[in-house]
Amino acid sequence: MALNVTKIRADFPILKRKIGGKPLVYLDSAATSQKPKVVIKAIDRYYREYNANVHRGVHRLNEEATIAFEQSREEFGRFIGAKTSKEIIFVRNATEALNLVVLSWARANLKPGDRVLLTELEHHSNIVPWQMVAREKGLKLDYVRIRDDGVLDWESFEQLIKESPRVLSLAHVSNALGTINPVREMAREAHKLGATVVVDAAQSVPHMPVDVADLECDFLAVSGHKMLAPTGIGVLYGRQDLLERMEPVMGGGEMIKEVHLQDVRWNDLPWKFEAGTPNIEGAIGLRAAVDYLSKLGMQNVREHEKDITRYALERLADVKGLVLYGTKEIEKRGAVISFNLGDIHAHDLATVLDTQGIAIRSGYHCAQPLMERLKIPATSRASFYIYNVKREVDVLVRALEKARKMFRI
Amino acid sequence: MTTDIYKETILDHYRHPRNYGDLPNANAHAKDSNVLCGDVIEMQVRVKANIIDDARFRGEGCAISMAAASMLTEFSKGKSISEIKKLGKDDVVKLLGADPGPARIECALLGLNVLKAALVAQQGA
Repeated sequence: MALNVTKIRADFPILKRKIGGKPLVYLDSAATSQKPKVVIKAIDRYYREYNANVHRGVHRLNEEATIAFEQSREEFGRFIGAKTSKEIIFVRNATEALNLVVLSWARANLKPGDRVLLTELEHHSNIVPWQMVAREKGLKLDYVRIRDDGVLDWESFEQLIKESPRVLSLAHVSNALGTINPVREMAREAHKLGATVVVDAAQSVPHMPVDVADLECDFLAVSGHKMLAPTGIGVLYGRQDLLERMEPVMGGGEMIKEVHLQDVRWNDLPWKFEAGTPNIEGAIGLRAAVDYLSKLGMQNVREHEKDITRYALERLADVKGLVLYGTKEIEKRGAVISFNLGDIHAHDLATVLDTQGIAIRSGYHCAQPLMERLKIPATSRASFYIYNVKREVDVLVRALEKARKMFRI
Repeated sequence: MTTDIYKETILDHYRHPRNYGDLPNANAHAKDSNVLCGDVIEMQVRVKANIIDDARFRGEGCAISMAAASMLTEFSKGKSISEIKKLGKDDVVKLLGADPGPARIECALLGLNVLKAALVAQQGA
């Protein structure tokens, strides 16, 4: 069913904003999404009506806040197909989720000489934590090659998986090029050889149906702020048996059952990993976001994004001097388009577009190794979400024509 | 922010940078980069009796960083080291003739920062 985008747009107050007198054209949802009224209201209501700490104390407000907090966890678990809400750990964002896997699971389970398999298109958050643990433990990092069109080189994967890595950690959807990786097929191969599979789903869970059982992954990292929720809330999904055997990485309140002067017993899942007062408003906002997206239907979200991405790719291909990166196959890419216009530096282009009310991202997109691999300096990136319409693509194209004339491309 | 920052003079300095390349007999140089844009600028300077006799730069990056560096090399010739050290953000904006705004000011300041670093290194030597 097609999304009713007119109705959706009315749910996002910020879309009424003018930038320098021009209507805001927000094409930077891959960086962070805008927030609908229901999310803003849910947070507002929490602070007005039942603000209290969770899991502590017995007064009415404690109880209401705790119920809301834990319902968010359950709702999110259902949203991504977790078997139980014990598999849902609240963290700050996908970066923290990946770091938690590295700091707890990888440090305890990997030994010198073990191999970790990543890909060349990873976000820095799925490279740097592995480099840190690789230095500490003497691990070897391998990277699956990316073809020039931004699609994973399957032969390279088959070769490297034969080296029996202990971990395969990869992005479901590339934040820089939009490539959708064949995670299930790769996870299957990796599991045959006994590897643990970690998926950075920061760019997929907000945009398409994602089911952890279907993906066959062991860990999955998600950021709330890219899926209509506030910043500072994210989720690490982990298979229950793996999480049970893992040690916490932060100590404090909430994550303990008993504390004595010389001894401590950890709390049960999922609280074992949640030291200190958590981001309660974030979890409540995340629940409202998940409700909102569920009502739209994630398959409908995906279809809408495919439609607008297809249109944008066609329109952008007509701009003289514009170079598009990534695959042309719409089934293999998310709603992210990276491009350069002539020799205009991406930041100069972003500044010119800003004068037309258009918000895009420019730079390395936290994927410097990928940019080096593709031999491109920096790119401009337009990304779409549920509230974007084709008319905004037209505004983008007109602004690019203006920039082209200004820089005499 | 308006498109003022991409006015004719700035785009001209970007497309045709002045004093671009290596400076023979340079006795001061420095190089630095700006992580935001990935701009890289190297300054080569010849100082005689505390006066900048000649200055050249090389590098790559956005229009604002390149134009600002180009304009700065023209401006700095004949100026004393102490005059250059006193330059700040407002002076660079005046040289450019437009304010690039808070998001891009670091691009504009890269050339000046590198020039100052070169002079500090020269004096320390």
